Amino acid sequence: MAHDDSSGKDLAATSSGAGGLSLDRDLVPSKQVSGGLAVISDDNLPDPGLPPHRKRVTDQDPKKASTAQRQVYTLFYLSIAGSIFAIAAYMAFPINANDPGSVRLNTVFLGLGITLALMGIGLGAVHWAKTLMHDEEGIDIRHPVRSSDEVRARAVEIFHEGNVESGFGRRSLIRNSLIGALVAFPLPAVILFRGLGPQNEVPSELLSHTMWKAGARLTLDPSGLPIKASDVTLGSAFHIIPEGLNDAPDRLEQKAKAAVLLMRVNPADLNVSAGRESWNYDGIVAYSKICTHVGCPVALFEQQTHHLLCPCHQSTFDVNNECEVIFGPAKRPLPQLPITVDGEGYLIAQSDFHEPVGPSFWERS
Amino acid sequence: MSTIERSTAPGPGPLESGPTEAPAQAEAPKISNAPSARFTSIAANYIDERTSISAVVKEFGRKIFPDHWSFMLGEVALYSFVIIILTGTFLTFFFQASMAPVTYDGSFVPLKGVEMSSAMSSTLNISFEIRGGLLVRQIHHWAALLFIASIGLHMLRIYFTGAFRKPRELNWVIGFILFILALAEGFTGYSLPDDLLSGNGLRIIDGMVKGVPFAGSWLSYLIFGGEFPGEQIVGRLYTLHILLLPAIIVALIALHLVFVVVHKHTQYAGPGKTNENVIGYPVLPVYAAKAGGFFFIVFGIVALIASFFTINPIWNYGPYDPSPVSAGTQPDWYIGFADGALRLIPPGLEAVIWGHTYSFNILIPIAVLGLFIVTVLIYPFIEGWVTGDRREHHILDRPRNAPTRTAIGAAGVTFYAALWAAASSDIIATHFQLSIEAVIHTIQATVILGPIIAYFVAKRVCLALQKKDREIALHGFESGRIVRLPGGEYIEVHQDVDEYERWKLVSFNEYKPLMIRPNARGKITQTQRLRGRMSNWFFEDRIAPVRKTDVERQSQHH
Repeated sequence: MAHDDSSGKDLAATSSGAGGLSLDRDLVPSKQVSGGLAVISDDNLPDPGLPPHRKRVTDQDPKKASTAQRQVYTLFYLSIAGSIFAIAAYMAFPINANDPGSVRLNTVFLGLGITLALMGIGLGAVHWAKTLMHDEEGIDIRHPVRSSDEVRARAVEIFHEGNVESGFGRRSLIRNSLIGALVAFPLPAVILFRGLGPQNEVPSELLSHTMWKAGARLTLDPSGLPIKASDVTLGSAFHIIPEGLNDAPDRLEQKAKAAVLLMRVNPADLNVSAGRESWNYDGIVAYSKICTHVGCPVALFEQQTHHLLCPCHQSTFDVNNECEVIFGPAKRPLPQLPITVDGEGYLIAQSDFHEPVGPSFWERS
Repeated sequence: MSTIERSTAPGPGPLESGPTEAPAQAEAPKISNAPSARFTSIAANYIDERTSISAVVKEFGRKIFPDHWSFMLGEVALYSFVIIILTGTFLTFFFQASMAPVTYDGSFVPLKGVEMSSAMSSTLNISFEIRGGLLVRQIHHWAALLFIASIGLHMLRIYFTGAFRKPRELNWVIGFILFILALAEGFTGYSLPDDLLSGNGLRIIDGMVKGVPFAGSWLSYLIFGGEFPGEQIVGRLYTLHILLLPAIIVALIALHLVFVVVHKHTQYAGPGKTNENVIGYPVLPVYAAKAGGFFFIVFGIVALIASFFTINPIWNYGPYDPSPVSAGTQPDWYIGFADGALRLIPPGLEAVIWGHTYSFNILIPIAVLGLFIVTVLIYPFIEGWVTGDRREHHILDRPRNAPTRTAIGAAGVTFYAALWAAASSDIIATHFQLSIEAVIHTIQATVILGPIIAYFVAKRVCLALQKKDREIALHGFESGRIVRLPGGEYIEVHQDVDEYERWKLVSFNEYKPLMIRPNARGKITQTQRLRGRMSNWFFEDRIAPVRKTDVERQSQHH
C-alpha cells in the first residue's frame, strides 16, 4: 500500500517553483500524474466489468413492442390535437373588455392546448427512446484532456516563432507602448458613463433637501387635501405629502423624500429633547416615512405601543422617543418634521427636515 | 476518438418493417431508390460539399452520454433558458420599457384612471388585452424561477458528487458565474413592470448602493439617472435584461457545453465504469430522443403550471409609489438570501467617523455574502490544493465517500437556508403568532450555529453510511431469513451481495492526511503546515474501502 503523499514532487511544486515540476511531468507519462494524498493500493477488488445486458419486455414480446409503438404514435397524434385545440381556444375564448373572467378562460384553455401539444411530443419521444430504440449501452474511451506532448511542443514552438518573427519580446519599447495604449484606450468609455446622471448637480446636495418649507401645508396622500389639527384624533395616523406635490413635475422623486407619517399621541407620553419642544403640535407629531436603513416606507403604525414598523426589514421605531430605533437593522431615528398650525387651523411645516431623510450615505455626517 | 461498440450498430429504422423484428443486425446503410431517400441523399450531399458537416456527424453523432436522473438537472436549466428566450422575445413585442407617466385606460377596472408608468401600463395590457399574453407572461416568470432553481440543484449535484474536480474546475467557475447572472436576470426582469413591489425592491437596492463608502450617493445618482426613482431605471434594466445579460449567458452556456464535450460527461461508480471510459447511450438516436423529448416535457410542465397558477399579479400591487407598502413584502425567492442577510444584522451598526457615514449594517451583510459566494466559487481549487491530487477524475463520488466535503456542503446549505428563512421573518412571525424579535433572534442563532451542527451531523452520517457499506460488502445484507441451528440457536442468514453490487460499495478514492516533511532546503514552510492542517481536517476521520485482503480474510473466517 503506497502512500503517495508529500513526496518530492509535491514539495517541489510548493517551494522550489515550476522548474522541477515541469521536469517531473515531462518524465512521467500522463497516466501517472501525482495522486497527492490519495492512497494508491494494489490490493483493490477487481472490477467485475459491465453486468450482463437485460432485455426489456419490448425486446422479448412483440405484442408489448407493438403496444408501445401504438402508445408513441398516439402521443404524437395527441400533440397535434393539442395544437389544434390551442388555436381553437384562441378563437373560442377571446378576451372581452372589462371581463376578468374571460382572461382566465383564455389563459387556461390556450395553456391546456399548448401543454398537450408539448407533452405529447415530449412523452412520445421519451417513451419511444425507452421502449423501442436500441438500448444496449455503448462505450466511449476517454483521452486525457491534456494535449499530447507533440502538440504541446508545437504550440510552444509557434509562440516562440511568433515572438522571434515579431520581436515582441526583444523590442520592449514597442511592446510596452502597445500595452500602455491598450490600457488607456477604454478610459474614455468609462468617462462616457458620467452621462448616466444629469450634469451640474451634486447628489448629496439633492439628498439633503426635500419639498417641505416653512408654511407648506400638510396634505393627505394621495388626495392632496390639507388636513386640520382637529381632524387628527388621538391614536390616529395619516400618510402625508407636502402641498403641491401631486402637481410637481418630479412627483415621485419628491415623494420619495418628502413622504411623512402624521400621528397624534398623548403629549404626556412624548419624551421631547431640548430644541424640539415646539416641533409637535399638541401631541401631533410628523416623522419622515422613509426608513433610515435602506429607504422602504415605514408604513405600519402600532397604535397601542406607538411603534412604527418597517415592513421590509423590520426596523422598529418608537414614536414616544422621537422615533429612535428599538429593533432591527436601522441605526438612526426617523427625522422629525417640525409642524404647527396656520391661522385657519391647517397643519403646516415650520421648515424642511433638519437632516437628510432616508438611507445613510457617505457625505452625510 | 474511437467508439467501441459492444454490439453491432442497429440498422436504420428498425421499426419500419414491423415491431416483431428485434433491433436489426448490422448492415451497410443502403441508399434506397425511394424518392424521399433520393432527396435526402441529394440534400445531404449538397450541404456536406459546402460545410464538411459529415465530419461533425461522425464526431458527435454516436458520442456516448451516461444516464442518471441527476444529470437531468443541468438539462432542466438549459431548457428553461430556451423557454425564457422564446417567451421573452414574444413579450418584448408588447412591453414598453418607459417610465413616462400615462393614465391607465385598459380593461382592468380597479386601476382605471390611475397614473402609472408606460412600463406598468403595457404590462397590464399584456395581461388583460392580448390573448395569451398573460399565459406567456406567466410561462416566462415560472420558467425564470425554474431556471434559477434548477441551476441551484445542478450545482448541488456537482458539488456533492465531486464533479468539480480536475479537469472540471474551470467549468465549475463558469457555471457559478452563470448562476449569479441568472440571479441578475431574475432581478432585472422582476423590476421591469414598475409595480409597487418591484419598485420597493429597487428602493432597497438604492439604499444599499448609497451605503457604499466614498461613491455611494454618486453611484445611486448615476444608476437612476438622477434622484431615485427617476425616469430612467426601467429602460436601463431592460437593456441589461434583454441584451447584455442574455448575450453573456448564451456565450457562457456555449462555453460550458463545449467543456462538457471536451471533458466528456462524468459517470457514477459502477461495474465496468472506469476513469478511462464513458458508458451510456449514443447521441443518435437514444440521447437525442430522450433529451429532445425532455425539452418538450419541461416546456409542457411550465405551460401547465402557468395555465393554472398566477405568478406576480402586479395588478394587485398597483403602480410604484414611494409612499405606500403592504405588510409582508417579499422579494422573489431567489433574492431571499440577500434580503435575509440585511434583516439579520444586529441593530446599531452604523457609525460616523471623521464626518463620513459608514453603514456597516449594509456593508457587513454584503461582505458576508461576498465571502460566501467567493468561497463557493473557488472551492474546487481549495480542495484540489488540500488533496494535491492532479489526476483527472471522471468517476463521481457518492457523497458519503467524501464525508468532509459533504459536511462542508451541508453547512453551506444550512447557512443559505437560514438567510433565506430570514427573508420571511415577518411572515413566519405572523403565521405562527410569534414576536418578530424572537424569530429574528432564533434565525440569527441558526445562521451561526446551524452550519456547525449540520457539519458534524452530516459528517457522522456519512461515516456511518460508509461503515454500513463496508459491513454489507464484507458480510452481506440481512436476508430476513431466520434459521434455527441444531443447538437451538437462532441466527439470521446474511446473504452476500453479488460482485456488481459490491463494486459500487468498494470503488472509491481514499485519501490520507499529509505527512509534513522538510523540503529540499530542509525547511517546513507555512503553506506546508497549513496544508497539513487542512488535510488533517479533511481526512483524519475516514473509512477505508474494502480491499481484496479484507474479503479473503472474511471468507476464511466463514
